[in-house]
Amino acid sequence: MIAIDIQLKQGAFSLAAAFNLDARVAALFGPSGAGKTTILDAIAGLRTPDRGSIAIDGRLLFSSDARVNVPPHQRHVGYVPQDVALFPHMDVRRNLLYGRHPGISPDLERVVGMLEIGKLVDRRVTDLSGGERQRVALGRALMSGPSLLLLDEPLAAVDVPLRKRILPYLGRVRDDLRLPIVYVSHDREEVEALAEVVVRIEEGKVAGVDRA
Amino acid sequence: MMGAWQIAWFTVACAAGATILMLPAGVLIAWLLARRNFPGRSIVETLVSLPLVMPPVATGLLLLVLLSRRGALGGMLERLGIEIVFTWKAVVIAMAIMGLPLLVRTARAGFEQVNSRYERVAATLGAPPSRIFFTISLPLAWPSVLAGAVLGFARALGEFGATIIVAGSIPGETRTLAVAIYSYTETGQDAQAIRLVLVSVVIAFVALWSANRLVERRAA
Repeated sequence: MIAIDIQLKQGAFSLAAAFNLDARVAALFGPSGAGKTTILDAIAGLRTPDRGSIAIDGRLLFSSDARVNVPPHQRHVGYVPQDVALFPHMDVRRNLLYGRHPGISPDLERVVGMLEIGKLVDRRVTDLSGGERQRVALGRALMSGPSLLLLDEPLAAVDVPLRKRILPYLGRVRDDLRLPIVYVSHDREEVEALAEVVVRIEEGKVAGVDRA
Repeated sequence: MMGAWQIAWFTVACAAGATILMLPAGVLIAWLLARRNFPGRSIVETLVSLPLVMPPVATGLLLLVLLSRRGALGGMLERLGIEIVFTWKAVVIAMAIMGLPLLVRTARAGFEQVNSRYERVAATLGAPPSRIFFTISLPLAWPSVLAGAVLGFARALGEFGATIIVAGSIPGETRTLAVAIYSYTETGQDAQAIRLVLVSVVIAFVALWSANRLVERRAA
């Protein structure tokens, strides 16, 4: 269960979002500029809200009242940004192993098998196609053994035929690793294919919560 | 009289020592200026660049005041049995202070060019700030850090004003290429001076040429 109630202001943009998620896969859905990525950044600890609180499964990650702000490296939240940001100076294997924590992380073999990236592990990240980069970034996040996975527009960078091939991988992450996922999308089709709960975000506010 | 190559070797060794001395501090300051907001940031930024603009002789005099036996730092070091002023250590320190601005400015540009997305993702993967620095920021900014170090080294090689004040011109002890050229010219030994000038040109050329290659490789 993810409980979010945050407010922040940045220039002319202000965000005030409060919602609880108990679904395994939830989508933050809305037009670009609505504040979806800002919410992901706040959950990951990459942006500090002005006020409010964030808790995952009862673990308080941020609270302005209690003066709690767990740094990102202690949050155990996997985050795949929109541009995936694979480390360019490392090969695929070193990217995958970067966040490995013995005892918490899943087996590399299992993640590699699930995402079908076995043939890529010795490649340079600059040699990968868009879809391959997406899967490697997903694998890297999974290898850190997160308790929640955040995906920012996971399918925006890949073309339409490829989307249909990546969707099943996200489904496997959901079902095999039983990992809760929050992802950002502005594509209705994509949201309907994966999400159990859809949080509609518009102009920095929650416009509604729908069950798919 | 000392051989030209002996003086050259002494100068290169001191400049190398100065580079090693300025690297940890310079890289840390460069990273702080590129990535962190802290109180007194603009003061640090200005202080570090000051030796670039101030007359080197003035920097040398400040160092002399600070490091001499009666100085704040020099007195403390003397009690530990360490003497700085008019030794090779003073040469190294003067060179390091004069080279630092070039290192910091170049390395800082390198850290600023690193997409902060990488550092942010590394944090979500469980890496504490120190690990992010050594595995992400530093390797990605490395060509600039290296270019900055070479520039700092090149600047150190030619250092004169601060060195002559704080270390003097003692043959075989503190006499660098630049200081020796001055001393030979002063005493009318022009042929000696010219020989040292040629040696200086060769060393400076190699240092700058490598720095430029490194910067180009980064841009590519």
